[in-house]
Amino acid sequence: MSDSDRSGGNERDWPLFEVFIRARTGLHHRHCGSLHAADPEMALARARDVYTRRGEGTSIWVVASDRIFASDPADKDMLFEPAMSKVYRHPSFYDLPDDVENM
Amino acid sequence: MYTQGLNQAVEEGGPEDAELLARFQAKIDREEKIEPNDWMPEAYRQTLIRQISQHAHSEIVGMLPEGNWLTRAPSLRRKAILLAKVQDEGGHGLYLYAAAETLGISRAEMVERLLEGRARYSSIFNYPTITWADIGAVGWLVDGAAIMNQIPLCRCSYGPYARAMIRICKEESFHQRQGYEAISRLAEGTAAQKRMAQDALDRWWWPSLMMFGPSDAESPHTARSMRWKIKRFTNDELRQKFVDATVPQARLIGLEPPDPELRYDEESGHWRFGEIDWSEFNEVLAGNGPCNRERMAARRKAHAEGAWVREAATAHARKQRRRTAMAAAAE
Repeated sequence: MSDSDRSGGNERDWPLFEVFIRARTGLHHRHCGSLHAADPEMALARARDVYTRRGEGTSIWVVASDRIFASDPADKDMLFEPAMSKVYRHPSFYDLPDDVENM
Repeated sequence: MYTQGLNQAVEEGGPEDAELLARFQAKIDREEKIEPNDWMPEAYRQTLIRQISQHAHSEIVGMLPEGNWLTRAPSLRRKAILLAKVQDEGGHGLYLYAAAETLGISRAEMVERLLEGRARYSSIFNYPTITWADIGAVGWLVDGAAIMNQIPLCRCSYGPYARAMIRICKEESFHQRQGYEAISRLAEGTAAQKRMAQDALDRWWWPSLMMFGPSDAESPHTARSMRWKIKRFTNDELRQKFVDATVPQARLIGLEPPDPELRYDEESGHWRFGEIDWSEFNEVLAGNGPCNRERMAARRKAHAEGAWVREAATAHARKQRRRTAMAAAAE
């Protein structure tokens, strides 16, 4: 019996892929989960079986998880806090006469 | 999103760190989700790994009693439904393994623990599906009990688990309905069919009540899991909800749960039921249920017989990578 027999065909080494699905034409691809696969083709086939059994998608992206460069949760305040105080970036900030139309 | 790279740099400070612990609890009290890269007490992590992996194993082992009837379903309609349901269970197992992996354990390790008998799955799947009515009873009672358990888990404090549960609950609602429909058809059929339906209810009723786990008095970790909002209701509360929902469903189709002490308590609005035989539950957990050995043998056989497929996929991926590299070098 070879090593791979015991370890289940080296499945342990299969990389993780993140799965993104576009529900309908015109919408963004949205992250919906992750899965292991030997290669991108297999990841795509598995994503189709696991995540689109009820017509959830018209297109699938799979991305190797280790290729994603993500922000550090510890930097959350530094990155996102500055936007919180800038209410004037929203249209509801501005006072307009009640009678003004089409604006 | 659970990138492996990020997951490596998680731990800072020991689990004894009182300030981290206070901040963690405050976050849970505010109903904010705990995400994979957030600090969490080691006991929280281990509790979730145990619970989520056990849940995942249950989905996978749960395919076996139903798979038993795939080739013998009484009509093409029933066969297509059962096939879709069993396929869903496989998918649910994968969502849950993926959620558990965000806690730092690999799926291969979890599967190994199951196959070596070091991990548990739900006691209910150690009972046999002897007649077609059992498939109806499994959908109606077993999936019904599972949904009762799973709906509060959609609000679990651990983000990846809660999100997996939302997806599972959405898909699962047809599982219970198809089971109730199947057993209803038998209950309104010939005398022999009705007997078959009642017999299935007789055998599945008590094991379904046991699915909620030991009574609150016997379940030492409940308080902590409630404080961490892993659990939202105690075992006994969920069991009562299930009984309250299910008794009227049974009577509606002319079936009667096998409990002489069952009676409606006007004052509380609850159905009161008899004592559960916990010695049976403990025997099944100890590995001595009617099908424990058969289930594990079937899982081990399936895993061993699938080894060549996994090896072939690995070899194919390696070959493709080599070819791509050679083609790039030749340019």
